[in-house]
Amino acid sequence: MTWLAVGILLIAVSGVPGLFTRRDAVAGERSAVLLLLTGCVSSTVGVILTLHTGAGRIDLAWALPAGRLVLQLDAISAAFILPLLLVVVAGSIYGLGYWSQRQHPESGRGLRLFYGLISGAMLLLLCARNSLLFLIAWETMALAGFFLITTEDRLPEVRRAGYIYLIATHTGTLALIGLFALLGGDVWPTAGSLGVAGSSALFLLGLFGFGMKAGLMPLHIWLPGAHAAAPSHASALLSGVMIKTGIYGLVRLTSFFAEIPPWWGWTLLLLGVISGILGVALALAQHDIKRLLAYHSVENIGIIAMGLGLALLGRSYGQPALVLLGLASCLLHVANHGLFKSLLFLSAGSVIHSVGSRDFSQFGGLLKSQRWTGLLFLGGAVAICGLPPFNGFISEWLLYLGGFQILQKSGSALYPALLLLPALALIGGLALACFVKVFGVTFLGSPRSAAASQAHEAPRRMLLPMALLLVACVWIGLVPTSLRPLLEAAVADWTGSSLTLPALAGSLAPLGWISLAGWVLIALLLLFGLWLRRCSTASPHNVETWGCGYRFPAPRMQYTASSFADSLVQLFRFGLWTDRHGGKVGGLFPPATQFSSHTPDAVLERLLAPAFAGLAWLFCWVRKLIQNGFCALYLLYIAVTLIVLLTLFAR
Amino acid sequence: MATLLLLTVILINFFTLGSARLVACIRAVAVQGALLALLPVVTHGVNGHSLLLGAGALLFKGLFIPWLLLRAIREVRIRREVEPFIGFVATLILGSLVTAGAFIFADFLPLAAEHHEGLYVPTALATMFSGFLLLITRRKAITQVLGYLVLENGIFIFAVLLSAALPLMVEAGVLLDLLVGIFVMGIVLNQISREFSTLNTERLTALKE
Amino acid sequence: MVARLLLQLFILLLFAPLPLGVINKTKALFAGRNGPPLLQPYYDLLRLWRKGFVFSRTTTWVFLAGPVVGLAVPLLAVQLIPFGGLSAPVSFEGDLILFVYLFALSRFFTAVAALDTGSSFEGMGAVREVTFSCLAEPTIFFALLVLARGADGLSLGALLGPHLAGQWQGEGGAALGLILVCLFVVLLVENSRIPFDDPNTHLELTMVHEVMVLDHSGPAFGMILYGAAMKLMVLSALLVRIALPLQTGSLILDLVLFLCGLFVLAVLIGVVESTMARLRLPRVPQVLVGTTLLSIFALVLVLR
Repeated sequence: MTWLAVGILLIAVSGVPGLFTRRDAVAGERSAVLLLLTGCVSSTVGVILTLHTGAGRIDLAWALPAGRLVLQLDAISAAFILPLLLVVVAGSIYGLGYWSQRQHPESGRGLRLFYGLISGAMLLLLCARNSLLFLIAWETMALAGFFLITTEDRLPEVRRAGYIYLIATHTGTLALIGLFALLGGDVWPTAGSLGVAGSSALFLLGLFGFGMKAGLMPLHIWLPGAHAAAPSHASALLSGVMIKTGIYGLVRLTSFFAEIPPWWGWTLLLLGVISGILGVALALAQHDIKRLLAYHSVENIGIIAMGLGLALLGRSYGQPALVLLGLASCLLHVANHGLFKSLLFLSAGSVIHSVGSRDFSQFGGLLKSQRWTGLLFLGGAVAICGLPPFNGFISEWLLYLGGFQILQKSGSALYPALLLLPALALIGGLALACFVKVFGVTFLGSPRSAAASQAHEAPRRMLLPMALLLVACVWIGLVPTSLRPLLEAAVADWTGSSLTLPALAGSLAPLGWISLAGWVLIALLLLFGLWLRRCSTASPHNVETWGCGYRFPAPRMQYTASSFADSLVQLFRFGLWTDRHGGKVGGLFPPATQFSSHTPDAVLERLLAPAFAGLAWLFCWVRKLIQNGFCALYLLYIAVTLIVLLTLFAR
Repeated sequence: MATLLLLTVILINFFTLGSARLVACIRAVAVQGALLALLPVVTHGVNGHSLLLGAGALLFKGLFIPWLLLRAIREVRIRREVEPFIGFVATLILGSLVTAGAFIFADFLPLAAEHHEGLYVPTALATMFSGFLLLITRRKAITQVLGYLVLENGIFIFAVLLSAALPLMVEAGVLLDLLVGIFVMGIVLNQISREFSTLNTERLTALKE
Repeated sequence: MVARLLLQLFILLLFAPLPLGVINKTKALFAGRNGPPLLQPYYDLLRLWRKGFVFSRTTTWVFLAGPVVGLAVPLLAVQLIPFGGLSAPVSFEGDLILFVYLFALSRFFTAVAALDTGSSFEGMGAVREVTFSCLAEPTIFFALLVLARGADGLSLGALLGPHLAGQWQGEGGAALGLILVCLFVVLLVENSRIPFDDPNTHLELTMVHEVMVLDHSGPAFGMILYGAAMKLMVLSALLVRIALPLQTGSLILDLVLFLCGLFVLAVLIGVVESTMARLRLPRVPQVLVGTTLLSIFALVLVLR
């Protein structure tokens, strides 16, 4: 446990020595990465040691009222910490090449400071067991996140994204303060020890506060702007790890209670389905690659919430199989999403770094100049669509299996939950469409802009972390049985003593078959691929694309991102409310026209912004009415207040 | 004796509410102040404390401040008040309603036993609210200062009730605050009339944002 | 078990192009022509094998990944399906999800390989393909739920076990019939047959699947054709098993029954292709959503 504490400290202060270096020196960034690496290694050692030797705990008194320095590591925390460490290491090495001090002298040191701070804060809150310690770490994480998002604060849209993020996260923290005030106590209760009294208020506050951080619809309003505005490795950290702390909060909160009312599970399941479907539909409609990836985070949080909801339903209705499969899929998807989303953000960052823009209309044909980035992005895309043999398939498979268990083993009360299966299938299909679009428009075809045709491959410092993440994805996909002990221990920790899990080794046993299928698939693909490659080397490779015989194909004739997504976006127009301008062509020889389409965030731009504008107008009108400049009326206000006070206290 | 004094105070309230002649109003408020100077002596008997209080009230409320005000209106050369916001008749009706209300209301207040019978509390409340009425409904700043003075007279009656419990310093502070307030108002009035060549406070609404 | 595996593979590899020939022959007979010989797809594959490749300069290695994945996936997926009375060689809990997602993998790489050419026609085909299949996925899962209701395990072998015969005669028969219709529609969508796509059209703007493979040539094109034929056979095996849940116990008889079932299904597809025209493209999502509603109805029937 001390290894872990030392690791947290090293990671948190990793950016500080860099503050004392000169603006154009590289010693700062090198020392930051070195400290971060040491801290992560120390933390990993601490986690592995603690998991093997049983519970480790640090318990010290603290001068603050209601505060106590209690740190404890169990399997649930470990399931969140291990992917965090990998993502943090990958991001910091990536930052050496992406946001090097030479190229960004004014913001580099601050970025590394807050990167280290947010990583340390997240590690701390994942093993804290005292409300005040948790809240301090939470706030540090939120504020460091704000500074990471507004690294390029000279751009107005970055500032706006930062402000919306700050407002959202503080609203959530307000709910959390209420939650912890109601919870009380010096140390958090152990699993399965709290009664039902007052639990609904706790759950609702926790759902609001933690859901705001996780980005569950309709509380996701800050996510797309914030993740698009931050530098790519910071976006990877925010999207891959920070939003998962919201899920950790929900998992930990629900573990406290001995009895779980069914409506908790139904609520989470419903919110998960809505987040999943609308998230991926909104992602399809985006034309900015980082906003698209951010909406995919919303979708995956929906899938994670579905898993957690299923586990809660299992506890409410006494179905141990559902508990195991639901929570295992939730935790595994947390880890998987952290890995492949970071991979996608890092490779998107590499693309943005060489092309200089985030818009799809500037990309195209990048696979020829950025072979490795393209390959790594393809790996991440296959993983996020949940296709075998990568890791996304494993967690979705667990969730599907849980859904099918409802049919065979439980009573009719749980039948409405069966809808999660086709919903998950729809989400998977839409995600596949979206990533075909992203990969195809970005890396394939011909370059759509001058910058894309002159793109260059990323330096090795940026490719190595991405390869590391892809190896982790492949490993989880091909050897998922290595994670079984951790997942089963986490489920046991979550249910505590309230539900005895019978030997459900059988439920997770087919994972062995799946890994075998994965290996065989890869072997077959390699075999056929190499054979085809050998046969085709002698053929001509320099002919123009056939394209039905048109002799002069131009890059502008290719499908754009919005045209690719158009038919699906039209199908979902009830939820997306896209703005479309122009595009009407008439007559026999039509002149040049323009077409543009834009999908703003439905909740933020169509609901909240008009609501707030209306409220502001109302308050201005009331103020104009009351504060009208008449001194006599002001004096009347005083007299009336006096009369009212006298009347109130008369008896 | 106290009853007579207090009834006279209420009558002066009505006079001020209904009168349009500024000099008469100022003289009436001066008389009210002088009468109130007798109140501590009548209530608590002749002792050093009450004599001091009475002397101070007579000096400031009865002589000094009315003299200041008469000088102020001589400088700006106004002698009559314009129609108040709700009209003289309506102001008078409102004033009598407020006085009646104060008498009824005083029964509901949680007072000490010995104060229930007398006229002190109702008169104090009535004077305070008449002062408020003057402040709110009149347009000229001078009359608003007079309203403030009447308000302070009402508070003084309350203070007399409690003077057994109030230390001398507090009363001195109250009187001083009165003096300072009037001074500031005088200066402000001067400035307003010099800047805008009018003392009609209605025009001040032009300053709102 | 290895013997079963190899037998299943052998049957697949040998008989896969045959249903295609049957469909074409049926369509020709309907139109009053003699039509190509039954074994024409085999001759096509041999011809393509002997030809050479031509690659566009816009393409990369992803272009060849499409045919490779399209060929490898049915070879794996066939191990999970029982061929008629023969039980599936590989069977474990939850393998039905692997089955569906393997085909999603092949769809991903086919679409991506289409976008690699940088031509608008292939892009159009990719869009249509991913849109239609994304709407067909929920139907498949509703059908699997209906099948899982009566079964006592969660592998495809258990879902398509011998109990289906009893279910047809019992009260689950109506639901099974509805599911059969829905799965038939899904078969037509996934294999790009009329009414969702016309495999014989030569107008690129009307194509879905054909236009995605427009630029392929030589053995790669042969791999694509072979992969598509194997996909048709594997998905038909699913339908044949639900429609004909007979189990005689003798290996040869079961195999012959299975092949007859395949033949009948291929004739049925040919009849549907001859009697219907291709749907207008905006109508296709409506039809697919209607199919999903039908499968929801079947599930409700079974759950009552």
